[in-house]
Amino acid sequence: MRIDVDKVSKKFGEFEALSNVTLEVPEGSLSALLGPSGSGKSTLLRIIGGLEHPDSGHVLLDGEDVTSARPQDRGIGFVFQHYAAFAHMTVRDNVAFGLKIRKRPKPEIKSRVDELLALVGLTKWSEQHPHQLSGGQRQRMALARALAIEPRVLLLDEPFGALDASVRAELRAWLRRLHDEQGVTTVLVTHDQEEAMEVADTIAVMNAGKIEQVGSPRTIYDKPATDFVMGFVGPVSTLDGKLVRPHDVSVSLIQQEGSIEAMVLRVIHLGFEVRIELELPGGEIARAQLTRGQTEELELARGDIVYVRPPADSAPSAPDGTPAPGTAAAPTA
Amino acid sequence: MLVSRRAKLSLRGIALLYLLLLLLIPVGAIFARTFEHGIGTAWSWVTTPAAVSAFWLSVVIALIAVPLNTIFGVGAALLLARSKVRGRKLLDALIDLPFVVSPVIVGLALLLVYGQGGWFGNWFINHGIRIIYAVPGMVIATVFVSLPFVVREVAPVLLEAGDEQEQAAATLGASGWQTFWRVTLPSIRWGVAYGVVLTTARALGEIGAVAVVSSNVAGSTLTLPLLVSQRDQTIGAGQITGAYAAATELAVMSLIVLLAMTFLGPRRAR
Repeated sequence: MRIDVDKVSKKFGEFEALSNVTLEVPEGSLSALLGPSGSGKSTLLRIIGGLEHPDSGHVLLDGEDVTSARPQDRGIGFVFQHYAAFAHMTVRDNVAFGLKIRKRPKPEIKSRVDELLALVGLTKWSEQHPHQLSGGQRQRMALARALAIEPRVLLLDEPFGALDASVRAELRAWLRRLHDEQGVTTVLVTHDQEEAMEVADTIAVMNAGKIEQVGSPRTIYDKPATDFVMGFVGPVSTLDGKLVRPHDVSVSLIQQEGSIEAMVLRVIHLGFEVRIELELPGGEIARAQLTRGQTEELELARGDIVYVRPPADSAPSAPDGTPAPGTAAAPTA
Repeated sequence: MLVSRRAKLSLRGIALLYLLLLLLIPVGAIFARTFEHGIGTAWSWVTTPAAVSAFWLSVVIALIAVPLNTIFGVGAALLLARSKVRGRKLLDALIDLPFVVSPVIVGLALLLVYGQGGWFGNWFINHGIRIIYAVPGMVIATVFVSLPFVVREVAPVLLEAGDEQEQAAATLGASGWQTFWRVTLPSIRWGVAYGVVLTTARALGEIGAVAVVSSNVAGSTLTLPLLVSQRDQTIGAGQITGAYAAATELAVMSLIVLLAMTFLGPRRAR
């Protein structure tokens, strides 16, 4: 189902959480709302879900205005960062909750719950209580619970935020597969650009209650609309007054036209990737990112004088051969 | 805080000594005095018509006051922990009033309002309803003094549990009422149970406010604590033993309430 957010504003006291936000989520897509904390992304998700009410503006599901509809009547599935598991119920009863509320026949509930437990790999844990599960298992249970009612829209509020890095990576891949199989329109809130890039088809980058840019992961990374987006979705460095990606900085031992002299301050080896910290003539610090091969070829060491050059194109763009976003780009500079 | 073994032992010693001097020895003394003339004598004192009537009156008052305060307490706790309505702070402060106001004052205040010549008193008297110097006044007084316990036990539990489970229930289609019965109440049940135990103990033991609005007639408006007090002040053969016997009966009732809670205790951790 398609979601339209139309000129939505929301204030909490004096704090402006959302100001005049308009967003369109196409049917069947997996979209991410990406932004730092306080950017309004969770508030926007909660407004779509009916857990908050906007001060002004409208929310439409499949063209139908649901702005004043209760969450119960929206046909949504909502997954919370801290699972919101019903602590006193077994895993099975948690998943069955929405179906019991809908007074479905018992055999139907049982077969549907069995199916969902198998889907999320919790069949063996069906009679346990949530506190006996790991964080990742609890979140999979919460997803099964949300999916049980066959929601038209799945809303995920930082669903992997409370999990270990390895579990998070596993669940991300799992969520993407699940979405590809089930095709439910899904909106994911995250502050982790790598997560957004890995999972989502479309990313809306938010900052200070506004949407800065909407686009595919590739567009957001390669053609950021604003300095904020550029800085948020990948590492950045300032060079010659311009914001550039460290992996777009070319480093050479020979002076060329438009290059700047710099001194190597540190060479940081991170396996395949090598980060170079450079001091420019004005005392400014810049960063470059090279491969191990490039670094070895240049025989870079601390104190060396090199010549650096921003990409020819003043608007930052990735040249051919740049590794795909999300693999080479470090989460933060 | 790091405490040495020795300090730990002496702290434990002081705590035990304190309890022994202030609690165990006096209560133990009552038990001892109750049975100094034999179990038969003690039993006869708690089975007199006045004692049986006092026992049932105490039970009936508790049976009215405890459910009322449980319903009110859970509702008020929900209001304090979940809503953002104006006047919430005022409600929060008012709920502690019975803790800070002396029960005697509560009794006198009830006299002023419901007694003869009081604000509502004449209306009730004209309609043939006796509140003051009768059981209804004693119930009101008990409700008043035992009001804060459930609220004060449940509100922190609600705050700690947070409202995410309730939001999740709403997104899954549950109405407010369904969410309350299926999600909220089960998650606060031990807080409610503990509040009920404290309310019951207080309702059974209350004397100050109840004494003011009771006519103190044995067999009709005496609760167990009032009976203890009356026997204690009456000069007569063995009256004091009767007071001890009724006091022991009251203590045993409280102990049963306490034990019920202790047996439920292990389930509380779940």
